[in-house]
Parts: sequence; structure tokens; C-alpha cells
Amino acid sequence: MQILIKKANVLDPGNLEGVKDILIKDGKFEQILDPDSGRDLPGAKVVDAKGLVAVPGLIDVHVHLREPGQEYKETIESGLKAAARGGFTAVCAMPNTTPVNDNGTVTTFIITQAKKAGFAKVYPAGAVSAGSKGENLAEIHDMKQAGIKAVTDDGMPVSNAQLMRRALEYCKGLDLPVFVHAEDKCLADGGSMNEGPRATELGIKGIPNASESVMVFRDIALAELTGARVHFCHMSTAESIEAIRQAKANGIPVTCETAPHYFSLTDEDMPPYDTHFKMNPPLRSEKDRLAIIEGLKDGTIDMIATDHAPHNADEKDVEFDRAAFGIIGLETALPVSLKLVRDGHLTLAQLVEKMAKAPARLMGINNDIRVGNTADLTLIDPDLAHTIDPDTFYSKSRNCPFAGWQVSGAAVMTVVDGRLVFSQNDTNQDEIKG
Amino acid sequence: MRFDKKDILDIRSLSAEEIALILDTAQGMKEISQRPVKKVPTLRGKTIVFFFQEPSTRTKLSFELAAKRLSADTVSISKSTSSIVKGETLIDTAKNLEAMTPDVIVMRHASSGGAFQVARRVGASVINAGDGTHAHPSQALLDMLSIREAKGRLAGLNISIIGDISHSRVARSDITGLTRMGASVSVCAPETMIPKGIERLGCTVHTKMEDCVQGADVIMMLRIQKERMGNLLFPSEREYAGLYGLNQNRLALAKKDVVVMHPGPLNRGVEISSDVADSDHSMILDQVTNGVAVRMALFYLVAGASRHADTD
Repeated sequence: MQILIKKANVLDPGNLEGVKDILIKDGKFEQILDPDSGRDLPGAKVVDAKGLVAVPGLIDVHVHLREPGQEYKETIESGLKAAARGGFTAVCAMPNTTPVNDNGTVTTFIITQAKKAGFAKVYPAGAVSAGSKGENLAEIHDMKQAGIKAVTDDGMPVSNAQLMRRALEYCKGLDLPVFVHAEDKCLADGGSMNEGPRATELGIKGIPNASESVMVFRDIALAELTGARVHFCHMSTAESIEAIRQAKANGIPVTCETAPHYFSLTDEDMPPYDTHFKMNPPLRSEKDRLAIIEGLKDGTIDMIATDHAPHNADEKDVEFDRAAFGIIGLETALPVSLKLVRDGHLTLAQLVEKMAKAPARLMGINNDIRVGNTADLTLIDPDLAHTIDPDTFYSKSRNCPFAGWQVSGAAVMTVVDGRLVFSQNDTNQDEIKG
Repeated sequence: MRFDKKDILDIRSLSAEEIALILDTAQGMKEISQRPVKKVPTLRGKTIVFFFQEPSTRTKLSFELAAKRLSADTVSISKSTSSIVKGETLIDTAKNLEAMTPDVIVMRHASSGGAFQVARRVGASVINAGDGTHAHPSQALLDMLSIREAKGRLAGLNISIIGDISHSRVARSDITGLTRMGASVSVCAPETMIPKGIERLGCTVHTKMEDCVQGADVIMMLRIQKERMGNLLFPSEREYAGLYGLNQNRLALAKKDVVVMHPGPLNRGVEISSDVADSDHSMILDQVTNGVAVRMALFYLVAGASRHADTD
């Protein structure tokens, strides 16, 4: 397959910027030329990208695909369709499946299923501990051979500090980053939303900021002790951001991500007992939301990831304290994050850095728009106005707090390995194929 | 004034006018319970379901008496007899109840928001008889009725609430209702029992009991639950009683005509000493009497003639 993208506004920070024609052939970037300087190739699919922004394929480093084991929530295929539609060419799949991805066999299964689906790539994360039980190390080298790009017990913290230390030391030798789900379960104490006036008013047990930040402090200390690569997932509090800011200033090798809901919503935005606003960590206060935006602006927060966590309606349409934690995000992350640009908090280049470049570095891959490189690319219409409607999602789940939001900007085309996996045509009809 | 609320889910959703209407209506209902034949035909032909998923003795009894004195037909399901033990969800149980066309569902539920979630899905009126640590509106209304009877007003009174505020739906509803009616409410407990941001409900917070009861018109004591010691809220009943128990010495700091309230059941010698509980200041049994009247008023207002005036 050959694709000729004409007059795209290429935005690949640190590598390439400007209006270009991009020729993609045999899965790679074949030529990148000034507009109209090359010949139209017979047989190539020609895309008029005038006014559109071409960026390196977006990568979401925090996704729950639920397969194997919880296919009623999401499958690798449905999750990757959602990714492609959202403009993501690759996702990092969390290991808390059933069974847990704690061995090479499960890793291989996930990669095989992903290749079969083909809508986007999967970089699996393996478990830190066997069964993510927090007791013994998982066979991390075995999983690395099979293709994992990171390890984490995400969904559960590694409560035992000694286990965390050993995991960091072990992974350092394998050059794998360790993703930290920072939560002190004793402090969280079975809470369901952010501790504060809103939780008190609703009579819902609160989760204090410190349940996150004490673990961030601990694992910064362990990163310093071991020199291993520590990546903090779904940061939600002002205190965590400040701790990471200081750690980076001290040269400790840490990175972190936040999710669109943490810079877009607070606990005050939740309609009473609406479980589509329940996730872990919870939506925090306005002070925290502003600190997250500040962290994104000054670079303390390296990247934006969704923590896409599909749940069936049966797990959400229950009492608030009994409802599952988590919301989906693949199909809303880009439009919701583009609001940061619209509101003047980030430049579009900074957003591309946080949604494509920094995630690629964390995964140990290069997604530059560069001749000879694998052609993973997202074409964005930054002004495409639309209303978020979960009923149109490719994800199998609908647990989304952004329903009804009027947003501007979306991915209109996603290219994975030189294949057109998603495109929105002139009549706003989606075309998707693996 | 017309009362057109379908449900009574919490105090927050009631205006000062609506609260006053409920209290006035309840005041009128009290007389019925004094008659030799304690029954009026007001709700004849109406069906009231008691759906109690959490244990309750006095609240349920009070609601049941209220319904029967208004001639409604009543049925009860509790957790052990409901399909919830068979794994049915709250929403499914509610839909099944709805299919049997009750007029009112009185529900108590362990989760905050339980009544709210049911009310959104059923046509019947839902009266919240306590949901988690969120709200207990009929208790707050009977407290307000009792205080109004004793003091002739609510506005301008100083009301102290002492005990485990964190886990108390009664405290939340009382703070909201009393402040809405113009009273000043202060709460007091060790900080382990003060939920973050409780001031938003309109109260002030003390950790020293003497400061809280100073000059009080009303002192409301909350039950201390022994099982909360496991939650690290306090070290022992002995220490709690020493710091936060209501005894004659602390009572003497309040106004001379202070009244003492307690939603029950009492832990004598823990949060309240027996001599205070049984003193002339105590209104604990008046609260129980008023509970029936308030619940009669609620049934009348949501299921009786007033709400459906123009469809009758």
C-alpha cells in the first residue's frame, strides 16, 4: 500500500516541522518532500491534508485492554479500534488481565491477538510480581523476551518496599522502566472519591491526597537508591507533582504521566453518585487540577496517558461505593487534551511531545517522521468541532464522564505500519480497518 | 403552599419553606396519636413498601406506625428476605418493587446515595430512611420539630452536636436542616471523627467539648459505636467518655434551659451519663414521639391529597 499525504502541516517536535508531502510505502516513510515537488504516484492513495496537522503516531502508555479474561469489558480488537479512532498508533497494555500477564505465554498471546487485530500496536507491560500479588518477582526476563516494554502491578500498588527495591534493581539490568501505581492502601482505606467537602457532603468515604504522594516519595527514594527507571502512573495530586519536580531537579531518573480527567475535572464536577466519575486515583480538588496543568506546562509531567479502564454497565450501574473504579479514555483523550492548547496552557508542539514523543521514549522506540522509519502517523484536524457521544465509541464500554462535551479537534486519520487503519471521510463517516 | 417533591432523599434538597411546611403538618398529625382510635383514612388504598437493607428497629417501627395511623397498606422486605442475598442488584430490586406499583418506598441502605439511585428509576415516591453516611432526613425533621416545640423557634439557637460526625448521616442532615432554618450549629469530636470540609454544611468545628457546649440551647449527643475502635478513631470508651461524654459538669456550661437530645440507642455512661439522660433537660423520648408525627407528615405530603391535588 502506498499513501501520499499532501500539504500536511508536519509537527514532529525536535525533528521536523513545516508543510510537506509525505509518501508512505511498504510500511515506511519513503519520501518527505516540499509540497508539490514530487510526482503523484499512480496507485497511491492520495490524501489532501491541507489545514491538517501530521504528527508522529500518538502512543498511550496506560491502557487496560482486558483480554485475556474480561472480554465482556473490552477485547484487544475493540480496544485497538478505539485507539485507532482516537489517533493512537500504539498502546501499552496493563497486565491486570485474567490470568495476569506475568509470564511470556500471556505476553505472546497479547501480542499475537494485537497483530491479528492490526488496528494499532500493543506494547505489553508485564507484572512486577507473580500474579501481581506483591509477594515474589514475576519472570520478567521471560516476558521481556516475549516483548514487554515495561513492568507494573498497576491496579495494585507494590506495598512491600523491599519487593519494589528488588524489582527496580532487577529491571535496571534489563533496561525496563517500572511503572508505579502510587497508592498506600491503608491510607486510601476503602474510600471511593477524593477526601474533601464534596465527599463529606455526599457521605462518601474519602481518599486523601497523601495516599498517592507518600508512595511517590517512597519510590523517588528507591529510584535514587537503585538508579533504575521509575515512571509514575496517573498522577493526580499537587503534592506528587511537587515531589517529582524536586526529584527531577536532583537528577533522579523519574518520569510521570497524568490523564485528561485530572486536568479537566474535579470532585466538585461529579453529579451526585455518578459512577462514571469514579476512578482511582479519584478526581481531586481545583488546587490539584491547577497543579497538574502547571506540571504539564513546566515539563514536570512528561506525558498524558488515558488509564483507559473499560467496565461493563453492570459494574457501574450500582451503588457508588460498590461500583468499579475506572473510566475509558482512548476516544476522548485527544479532543479533551487539545483544550489545553486552546486555553493557552500548552503549545500544540508541547502536546505532541506529551502524547507521542515522550511516550515513545518511555517505550524505547523511535516514532520520528523520518525517511526509512516505520510509518506510524496521526493526522489531526485541530478545529473539528463535535460533541462527545459514548454511543459512537468503538470501545465495548461506555464509562465516560465526558459525554455531551462540546470539543474541538480530533484525529481524522491514523496510519500504523504504513497502513491506513482509521480515517474520517468528508461526510464524517468513519472508515476503520485492521 | 403546595408540596410537590416526589421524594424525600435528603435535607439539602428541601427549602426552608418546605421544611416549615413539613414541621407544621407534623404538628397537626400529633393529635391523631393521642386519640383512643389512632387512625385516620387519609391514605386508604395507598401502598407503602418498607425496603430496609440495613438493620433498624426504631426507625422502621416509627415509619410503620405512621403509615398504619394513616390507613395505608404496608409491606416489608429486609435484606435477609430480599433477593439481594441472592445477588440481585439494588436497581433490579427497585424495578421489581416498582412493577408492583407501590405509592411510596421507604428505604434504608448501607451505601450513600442508595435512595437517590433508586428514586431516579422508579415512579413511586422514595423516602430515605438512612443511606450510608449521607442522609437521614426524617430524623433531622423530627429533631427540628422537637427543638421547635421546646424552644418555640429554630432561628438564632445555638446547637451543639457531639460525637462521630464522620460516620453520622444524622449529623449531616441535622447540620444542613438546622442551619437552613437559621440556627447556629457547632460540632465537636476528636479530629479522627471530623470529616474534611464539614464546615461547608454550615457548622463550626470544635475539638474541645467545653468550648462547644458553652452557652448552648441544645446539645445533641451521637451514639459512639464500639466497632469504630477498629477504625483507629478512639482508643477506648473510657477515654472517649472522659473527653466527650455529656455529664452534669459539662451540661452546666450550657444555658440554664438547655435541652439534651440523642437519636438513640443510648450508650449510657459512654457518650451520655444516666443522670443527664434521665434529667428534666432530656428530650430523648419526645424525639421518639415526634418521629411518628413527622413520618405521618411525610407520607401525607408525598402520597396524600396535597401533592396530587390537580389530578384528583
